[in-house]
Amino acid sequence: MYIRQKLSLTLFALFFTGIFFSSSVFGQATLEEVSAASGIPTDQALIDEGKGLFSANCYSCHRIHSDWTGPGLANVWERWESQETLYEWIKNNGAVLASGDAYANELYEAWNGSVMTNFAWLEDNQVTALLAYIQDETVKGPEEVVADGGGGDGTSSESGVPSQYINLILIGLLVVLALILGVLVLIVTVLRRYIIAKKEDLDEEDQEIVNERVDLPAGLRSPQFLFIVVFIFAAVVAKSAIDGLYSIGVQQGYQPKQPIAFSHALHAGQYEIECQYCHTGVMESKSANIPSANICMNCHINVATGSPEIAKIYKAIDWDPDTQTYGENQQPIEWVRVHNLPDLSYFNHAQHVNVGGQECQTCHGPIETMEVVYQHSQLTMGWCINCHRETEINTDNAYYDKLVKLHESDDPMVVEDIGGLECSKCHY
Amino acid sequence: MENNKRYWKGVEELTNDLDFVKNADREFPEYLPVNSNKESSEDVGTSSNRRDFLKLMGFGIGAATLAACQTPVRKAIPYVVKPTEVDPGIPNYYASTFQMGGDYAAVLVKTREGRPIKVEPNKLSPINQGVSSQIDASILSLYDKNRYKSPMANGQEVSWADLDAEVTAKLDEIAAAGGNIRVVTNTVMSPTTGAAVGEFIARYPTTQHVQYDAVSYTGMHLANERTFGQQFIPSYDFSQAEVIVSFGADFLGTWQGSLEFSKQYAETRRLGDGKKDMSRHYQFESNLSLTGSNADYRQPIRPSQQGVMVASLYNILAGRAGATPVSGGDMSNATLGKAAEDLWRSRGKSLVVSGSNDPDVQVMVNAINQLLGNYGTTIDNSTPVNYRQGSDASMAQFIDDLKGGQVGAVIFFNSNPVYDHPRGAEIKAAISSAALSISTSIIPDETSEGVTYIAPDHHYLESWSDASPKAGHYSLAQPTISPIYNTRQAQESFLTWAGNSTKMYDYVRTYWQSNMFDAANALDFDMWFDKMLHDGVVEMSSEAVELTYTDDTAAAAAGIGRNYSKDNAGVELALYQKSAIGTGAQANNPWLQEMPDPISKATWDNYVTISQAMANEMGIKLWEGKTETVNLTVNGVTMEIPAMVQPGQARGTVGLAIGYGRTKAGKVAEGLGTDAYPLIGMLNGTCSMDITQGVTVEATGNQYQLAQTQTHQTFMGRTNVIQEATLAEYKSDPFAGYEGMEIHTSEGIKEPYAISLWGSGHEYKNHHWGMAIDMNTCTGCGACTVACQTENNIPVVGKQEVVNRREMHWLRIDRYYSSDAGPASNGFDIDGQAALEIASDNPQVTFQPMMCQQCNNAPCETVCPVAATTHSTEGLNQMTYNRCIGTRYCANNCPYKVRRFNWFKYHDNKQFADVNTPANDDLGKMVLNPDVTVRSRGVMEKCTFCVQRIQLGKLEAKKEGRRPKDGDVVSACTAACASGAIIFGDMKDPESQISQVLGITNSDDPEVDKVVTNPRAYHVLEELRVHPNVFYLRKVRNNEGKPETAEA
Repeated sequence: MYIRQKLSLTLFALFFTGIFFSSSVFGQATLEEVSAASGIPTDQALIDEGKGLFSANCYSCHRIHSDWTGPGLANVWERWESQETLYEWIKNNGAVLASGDAYANELYEAWNGSVMTNFAWLEDNQVTALLAYIQDETVKGPEEVVADGGGGDGTSSESGVPSQYINLILIGLLVVLALILGVLVLIVTVLRRYIIAKKEDLDEEDQEIVNERVDLPAGLRSPQFLFIVVFIFAAVVAKSAIDGLYSIGVQQGYQPKQPIAFSHALHAGQYEIECQYCHTGVMESKSANIPSANICMNCHINVATGSPEIAKIYKAIDWDPDTQTYGENQQPIEWVRVHNLPDLSYFNHAQHVNVGGQECQTCHGPIETMEVVYQHSQLTMGWCINCHRETEINTDNAYYDKLVKLHESDDPMVVEDIGGLECSKCHY
Repeated sequence: MENNKRYWKGVEELTNDLDFVKNADREFPEYLPVNSNKESSEDVGTSSNRRDFLKLMGFGIGAATLAACQTPVRKAIPYVVKPTEVDPGIPNYYASTFQMGGDYAAVLVKTREGRPIKVEPNKLSPINQGVSSQIDASILSLYDKNRYKSPMANGQEVSWADLDAEVTAKLDEIAAAGGNIRVVTNTVMSPTTGAAVGEFIARYPTTQHVQYDAVSYTGMHLANERTFGQQFIPSYDFSQAEVIVSFGADFLGTWQGSLEFSKQYAETRRLGDGKKDMSRHYQFESNLSLTGSNADYRQPIRPSQQGVMVASLYNILAGRAGATPVSGGDMSNATLGKAAEDLWRSRGKSLVVSGSNDPDVQVMVNAINQLLGNYGTTIDNSTPVNYRQGSDASMAQFIDDLKGGQVGAVIFFNSNPVYDHPRGAEIKAAISSAALSISTSIIPDETSEGVTYIAPDHHYLESWSDASPKAGHYSLAQPTISPIYNTRQAQESFLTWAGNSTKMYDYVRTYWQSNMFDAANALDFDMWFDKMLHDGVVEMSSEAVELTYTDDTAAAAAGIGRNYSKDNAGVELALYQKSAIGTGAQANNPWLQEMPDPISKATWDNYVTISQAMANEMGIKLWEGKTETVNLTVNGVTMEIPAMVQPGQARGTVGLAIGYGRTKAGKVAEGLGTDAYPLIGMLNGTCSMDITQGVTVEATGNQYQLAQTQTHQTFMGRTNVIQEATLAEYKSDPFAGYEGMEIHTSEGIKEPYAISLWGSGHEYKNHHWGMAIDMNTCTGCGACTVACQTENNIPVVGKQEVVNRREMHWLRIDRYYSSDAGPASNGFDIDGQAALEIASDNPQVTFQPMMCQQCNNAPCETVCPVAATTHSTEGLNQMTYNRCIGTRYCANNCPYKVRRFNWFKYHDNKQFADVNTPANDDLGKMVLNPDVTVRSRGVMEKCTFCVQRIQLGKLEAKKEGRRPKDGDVVSACTAACASGAIIFGDMKDPESQISQVLGITNSDDPEVDKVVTNPRAYHVLEELRVHPNVFYLRKVRNNEGKPETAEA
């Protein structure tokens, strides 16, 4: 562990150095310089306002540094003939298109005729704020570098070392240990020879010890040895039998192949799409809902249209990307269920996520890193009960006011205290 | 109160039959075969030996190991394009309308992931506050695999285009030749349907629309024509009536509009909150009906006496009013006299109704109401109801025409007259004489069997429609699922054949825009229509019609004189409807077949109800469903039908339910019971359910087993299970009727509450769920039983398993008979058959819904060896199926006998495929509630207080960051109850209805969680101190506490 920590620290140090060099060597124009050229203000308050507006309205279709459902927005102000047209375009793009603006129509063609939402309600100063934010981000440059470097604060050690290195380190350790063993054996042999050579000086007891031969067969037949072997064997068998029995029906780690290679790591991890955007039922319903194909189409009508996996969605919803039309012949996608609670237990997402304020990851694990979803938790009753014993009530809810008042103990009120372990909370 | 009443659930209990006593306390009788479901219960000796055991065990272990090796791959298939209004896991509710054969209810349909799973009442409706068992169960007929799957011609599936082409060609041909076209329907109360049929008639002018009803109400229409000059049935308002007199009208059960009347009646029966008055209800009837069993005074009469009695009542009142008496009304009867007294005292606040279809009797009833000044108060002529509009005369004319070859084309529009018309056999034989015959039935039935073309309609949950239950009241019906099969709405078929290609949605919308929408109210039509779709119901002002009363009593009396007599000697037959099966239209619904009849507690059968006196004469003894068959002969037609000894059956009469004996309806219904429709007679020009001449009944000696649930659980002679008082007693002492028990201890006599073997009880911090059942307003109709079954995926077990005492209903309605302690002063002579006759001649009836009492000190919890049943912090007695190992200790230790054991795997089991249809095929399974586990073999189950609804209600509140409001959590039974007798809620919430009704105040005593101050509230078996969370409100009768003598 110590070695690994040290190693990771070293790696991070190298990383930081790299970043430092890269940013200093390839230094870009400063915000002030860009602002001077574009005429967009650099007021921090304005940038913050723009950031809010951007994530609320633009983020679902636009990114700064890359194309998304819509074009990337870095240096957007440079692309338009005049600021007025840009403002008009952001607010009411239909009107600009209709006016016959050349760049607007070119853009429209380039993006397969997808229409941008109207934002007629935006005030001019809000558009300015948006542009200020975009300008700020443009100057900062693509996020990835910053994000990766910023994540390493040196304490979260384990994630710092890639797994293939761990294997190498372990093999190295084994080799070292083997060498040490060899050296030790060598030393013992040399010492014995030396003692035998000076035999006369030893008394009888010592001689016996020195001359003692290891009688391996007899040792193997000794009752002590047999007992130990039988005991270990029986213990291992019993343990694995009990484990086996306990694991009946437990599918922890279950990772079936899905009909479409959907990656949570990409969508939830890299692109940080909110879980609820697709799993619409999670706040209101018993089930979180596997998204219907029309939700996929919100983005994939334009994003990654050439991918063979996306083609499967098109087939399911009968979308013809060439003619941009939907057909009648829809085929539902048959996903393989990963989390299978038995029918006899009732589970409600709304209770846990909406009322209880639990994170998805509490039960589903690091879903944002999963290429293919697997069952992270045991999903056994013991696992549920354990959590109910430890989890504090989210008392920010008038329903619980009375119970909080009546809670007598000094310990925080956990689910167990209000009947969370009772049978008919889950079984009926 | 000194109560020398004797309560009994069945005749066997009354006689204390030795075998009955021996088995009475056993919930699981030992003589029953445990591992056989075969017809004969004889094969008790099941031979399992050691080798079998080892084999089974070996196989079991092997199978378990193999099963554990590989977990099956489960697919998750999302929508391709998710509809915005559907979120998987969240139910959607749609306001719609149930209408079937003239029965109506505004309903809310609960759908999950696009499939309807529950029908509940639309509480915005001014007409119905609840639903009936039939409406509750109607959802299952949507998923009936027997339904027509596509249009058919000559037994072959065809396309709609081909069918339309052939049908229009033939219609044109027939119309061109001047041939008659007939559209035969039950009552149509939908204005748009009427308009669609109207377009068809306009296109083919030789068409006539023939309406009939399986149970005819023509007599009321004709009588109102005679007295008011118009054919109609008025609205009744029972809630304004202080005195109600009913001659054979089962207005709480199967009479037209009974859902509305149940609600109104309950208002007059509810006590508390300073209200210490209730209505007084007299019932004169032959069979013991649901309404009769709720009456304060019930007088058994022969059907042949009804006319005379009505005339006699008129004469008594006419004497008081100074009007001219009529001839013939000279029957004197103590109950009738008393009724007349009360009616006269409550002039203008009383109501007299009759179930008779004889216009003369109805004219006389109108005259009585006129004498009493009830028109304008309890009877509203200006708001006629549209529940039943059938005409016996036009139907008879149609049948004659058909037989005479006068009908060129006949279209049976959702009607099945071959089965449910007394002349069905004639229709069946004559259908082929029509050149074109079409049925729009959704499922193969007796009529559609014989027609050339089938143009199957949508189920009502797949349809656009509307209804006008009464003048000025409109209700929309919208589809809640896409059509499952290649069916088409019948109205659309009519429009198509009329050359109008409008879709039904557009048609309904346009109709409402031009007829219902009032542009003057300045609202946009789209918005208005959206609101209509949301609300489901709308009330509009209708013109008040002034109708003048014309006296026609002389003619009516003359007719009565001809057709009725005081003292008919022969046996008389009174046909009736059971509340679950009704006319038999939904006979293929296993939920309804297995629902115990409220009175006889019999399932899966119809039977001849006979009085104890007649049974004694014929030597028939009913013992735990074992009975004998009788030969019932009516005007030369003999049928062999099992006999049911029915307390309260008028002497010299027998009853028989219609709705059984289906020959073509689906696997569930076929072969059950006997078809009684052909027995319906004619009286005074209208169909009559009463046959007073030419009826004989004779014993055959053949054994028969009825599946009755009534004797399955008993309360072992304890006195405080049913508690009741009379109104007078209640007024002087609100605690009247309390049956407390005194416990003799070494420290002297103590109240049951003062001693307990239980600890200090539970502390409830959050919620404390409770239920209160008002036995004064509970009519015993059984809608809650089916609502519970639907909500909780309770299996149907079939007739033989009911016989084996293994019915699974979580909620049962116990029906107790009670009679005064006999004629002799020396107590009740139970050995004498004569005394038995008297006791069961006319007993009083009490209904008690019984489900898990959710005891705070639950005896079941302490005996479970695996802690599968435990107590929750919200007062629930929890049942955990997956932990249960099936020892049945809990059921043995339950004092209320409300736990149910899964003797079999009822789902996906061929053995139950024809009875438990909701869980045995893919289509049927769509009705299951996805929030409730389907239990497997070998586990216990019981009422959970609808814990899934509790959890949902709490979650909704939490999501909105508030405490649940009263009404957020409603159990299925509470929601369904038409009379509001079941109240459910959080007893910790001082604002909740249950806290208000029970008068809950908090207690300082830590051992007593709360104090209930309502004097009528009691616990069943309080001396056990199990401390249930279900409270019963004592029944109060508005009488002198004694039943009436049987002889009228």
